[in-house]
Amino acid sequence: MKKMIFAASCALALIAGSAQAQERDLRIAFDVPYAPFEYKDENGNLTGFEVELAEAMCEEMNANCEFVIQAWDGMIPGLLARKFDLIMSSMSITPERAERVLFSEPYYNTPGGWFGPESFNTDVTDMDAMAGKTVGVQRGTTMDTYVTENMGGIVTIKRYTTADDMVLDLEGQRLDVVFVDYPVGEETVLSKEGFKEVGEPVKLGQGVGVAMRQRDTEVAEEVNAALRTLKEDGTYDTIMQKYFAYDIKM
Amino acid sequence: MPDFIAEWLNQNEIFTAMTIMEYWDGMVTTVHLVFLSLVIGLLVAVPLAILRTVRNPFVSGPVWLYTYLFRGTPLLIQLYIIYYGLAQIEGIQETFWWEIFREPFYPALLAFTLNTAAYTTEIIRGAIVSTPNGEIEAAKAYGMNWFMRMRRIVLPSAARRAVQAYSNEVIFMLHASAIASVVTIVDLTGAARNIYSRFYAPFDAFIFVALCYMALTFILVFAFRKLETHLLKHQRPVSG
Repeated sequence: MKKMIFAASCALALIAGSAQAQERDLRIAFDVPYAPFEYKDENGNLTGFEVELAEAMCEEMNANCEFVIQAWDGMIPGLLARKFDLIMSSMSITPERAERVLFSEPYYNTPGGWFGPESFNTDVTDMDAMAGKTVGVQRGTTMDTYVTENMGGIVTIKRYTTADDMVLDLEGQRLDVVFVDYPVGEETVLSKEGFKEVGEPVKLGQGVGVAMRQRDTEVAEEVNAALRTLKEDGTYDTIMQKYFAYDIKM
Repeated sequence: MPDFIAEWLNQNEIFTAMTIMEYWDGMVTTVHLVFLSLVIGLLVAVPLAILRTVRNPFVSGPVWLYTYLFRGTPLLIQLYIIYYGLAQIEGIQETFWWEIFREPFYPALLAFTLNTAAYTTEIIRGAIVSTPNGEIEAAKAYGMNWFMRMRRIVLPSAARRAVQAYSNEVIFMLHASAIASVVTIVDLTGAARNIYSRFYAPFDAFIFVALCYMALTFILVFAFRKLETHLLKHQRPVSG
């Protein structure tokens, strides 16, 4: 009899446990539009790479998810004020942010891309050939750090505040080549006549992670487990290939 | 560099010997750019100011239009037009002009020179037209022709009256040169922006650069005070 009761209570606990997991409510914040990561389609529905990944993740976690729109400035304050529980809005992992929020393992990282005119035929990894060339970067980006550390003193580095100014100087032939966040380069340089990709994309930085409150370590474990499963079972790749022609997996 | 300074710099996170050198290079660029544009601007402004006072509107009109255009638009816009606009001209990359305008320094120098020349023209013109009639009549009575009157009487006395207003223009030009950093020139401000973005320390990077500008301004104010006392010696009360 005692055994029976023990078994029953075990079963009950199990059911309760799984029920609890099923009931976990999560509110996930996005800043739209940031195509192709999160944006609204013509019907006004939220979609994009991160949105689809979040949907798959919620399914994997058996969580009941609600998507929230939040402007970028209020992202971390909103998270800390419990307006939502997760941020999946292309937030790069940095030491400064990691002091205030808990990051999951990175789930994507856009590479830096080399773009230049059709006539540019130098190997960007060959430092002797690159000597004396003028390279444009956006000030303070991981691309800036990479070029400064690896090519400082070899090439002339010009730093810009906006990608638009930089592309103007590339068009005006003041720059030989630019090194810029790949999707940005795709949109601003490759969309123009007479320009091409001139080197292999380079993966930089620590990537983008899901941001959570520091105390939500339990959620973080579940998020990490779910992301790992998605990356392994091919779901991640399917979603990625829908939006990108190149690899951003991390 | 003395050892104790080097040691102190090494303990400091932001103001290492390397960043100090970046600031120094920026300061050299700023001084170079401002000095050249002021000198060329002044040389251009003196004849323009004289032309601007001529009665014939076909002579003074174009000068008026020039000063109106360059004083009526922001320097930042002028710099954008010269820097980005010139690069958009079809085929300019094949001409020898491109050797000059490819670098950001010369478009900035051109914009700054044209801008300061416009302001300086108006400052000098104001000083010329306020020359007391009596001085000119006296010069005429001595039989001086127009050229000699200009050289001996009008311009020297106008210079004395213009120097205070011109010292303001020089200081404004120094501060306005901060916008050179938007066209990739690493001047003082450019150096500060680079260091700020590297360390995410806006206060340290920008307060230091503000102090650099203040030091330069102090030197300018001091130099102009010396110049004023020299030029206006005759106005000082004779004291025992």
